Amino acid sequence: MMPAHRNHPAWWAALAHRLSGLALAVFLPLHFLALGTALAGADALDRFLDLTAGPLAKLAETGIVLALALHLALGLRVLHVEFLPRPERRTRAVVAGCFGASVAATLLFLLNLAASW
Amino acid sequence: MSAARLFLLQRVSAAVLALAVLVHLATIILAVRGGLTAGEILARTSGNVAWFAFYIVFVVAAAIHAPIGLRTILREWTGWRGRSCDLAMILFAAVLLVLGLRAAWAVFAA
Repeated sequence: MMPAHRNHPAWWAALAHRLSGLALAVFLPLHFLALGTALAGADALDRFLDLTAGPLAKLAETGIVLALALHLALGLRVLHVEFLPRPERRTRAVVAGCFGASVAATLLFLLNLAASW
Repeated sequence: MSAARLFLLQRVSAAVLALAVLVHLATIILAVRGGLTAGEILARTSGNVAWFAFYIVFVVAAAIHAPIGLRTILREWTGWRGRSCDLAMILFAAVLLVLGLRAAWAVFAA
């Protein structure tokens, strides 16, 4: 059985916010290093981009887009809860909206990705 | 730095990042159309002062935000705290700042 404290949308929101943030923190230095290859010219950046053409890399890219969208949506919720004077009502709907908007943005990314593949 | 100051820095950087990430997500979704090439990325960023300024602000905010968040996770989930943890996070912030500014410069100067 699920522990009682986890049986709440705010707990799952906090967990997803944390895990997505962790993923982004790991990804960020690699992202910067990849872009830094442009210092050696456009060809060098293209050679790196060629490495990311496989299905595994595309899957990872999709995951990181989902992480970015989730962290943004859930982060906006945190700012709302902490700084706006009115307490949050309908937490379940707000959290569902955060997840829904993030999945929608990721699907948009996937559609554009698939269209060019 | 006090916990209150870290908390405030985390929220201020979050507010900046909220706008930056919105722009970044839209750029990602549009840029990936028709495949991602260096030529396409650099055509947008090379010599463009507005994008360069945007990425500098983005990098600085992320270099503040990520280590503070990571510090909280490490303290709560691994129990690593104290001076060694704080120093590691300052180092992480410095790495993000240097690599991030280097990346922003790379796509601007290319």
